[in-house]
Amino acid sequence: MSLTNEEDLSGMRCPMPIVHLAKLFKELEIGEEITAVATDPAFHLDVETWCMRTGNELLELVENEGHLTAKIRKANNSE
Amino acid sequence: MTITFGESDVNRTGHVSKQIEDLKRQLAAKENSLSLVVFSGELDKMLAAFTIATGAAACGMKVSMFLTFWATAAMKKSGPQAAGKGFVERLFGWMLPGGFTKQKLSKLDMFGIGRRMMFREMARKNVANLEQLVETADELGVEFYVCESSMSLMGIQCEELVALSNVKCCGVATFLQRSALSNTTLFI
Repeated sequence: MSLTNEEDLSGMRCPMPIVHLAKLFKELEIGEEITAVATDPAFHLDVETWCMRTGNELLELVENEGHLTAKIRKANNSE
Repeated sequence: MTITFGESDVNRTGHVSKQIEDLKRQLAAKENSLSLVVFSGELDKMLAAFTIATGAAACGMKVSMFLTFWATAAMKKSGPQAAGKGFVERLFGWMLPGGFTKQKLSKLDMFGIGRRMMFREMARKNVANLEQLVETADELGVEFYVCESSMSLMGIQCEELVALSNVKCCGVATFLQRSALSNTTLFI
């Protein structure tokens, strides 16, 4: 069973959105999902890279009126 | 044909496989680690260094920061100097005050006016300040290595530095070893 949690990262600027994700993912179980909303324009590329480097799965990334919504699933315990 | 192994062969095989394991570990660590030499103590450059360090740590990289020369002085806490310093050391302490807000910008500092404007804009735009970045880096497990000769040259004592959970005094050999094991090394 996977859980979906909302995480508000809006207002945060680089590097804080990914720092926040990293801290959050330490607490998650494998398979759990997070929906993160950010307003930092850098988050678009950064969240893709963060998922690639940490091996977590980016399920969805949608941009809507300056709000970026990323759905990420925890795939491993690497970090 | 029968091949028999003596005890020394077994020992050697054990030794070789241990070496292979060590090399594998070193290679695995190399793929995902960053070494930063922070030489400059100017606020903007320190901001860049600590932004990169926290970002890398958040991406799961092992991060080592080598603080040398002006950066060592910039890592001092604000407040009075430690006791037992010589005259020149004390002069260095006066000329290089501690505290992150006292560090100058490399451009447009304008005797502190530019710096204060920068602080105001950073707060308004919710950009993390140097104190928050250093705290976050420490929290994410960044390892700090402070250059021993810079410390003694400027008469800085360990208790004068900001509190960090993973900090060691070191020389150039430690830096070179960590850098050789990293896949990225930056000098700021």
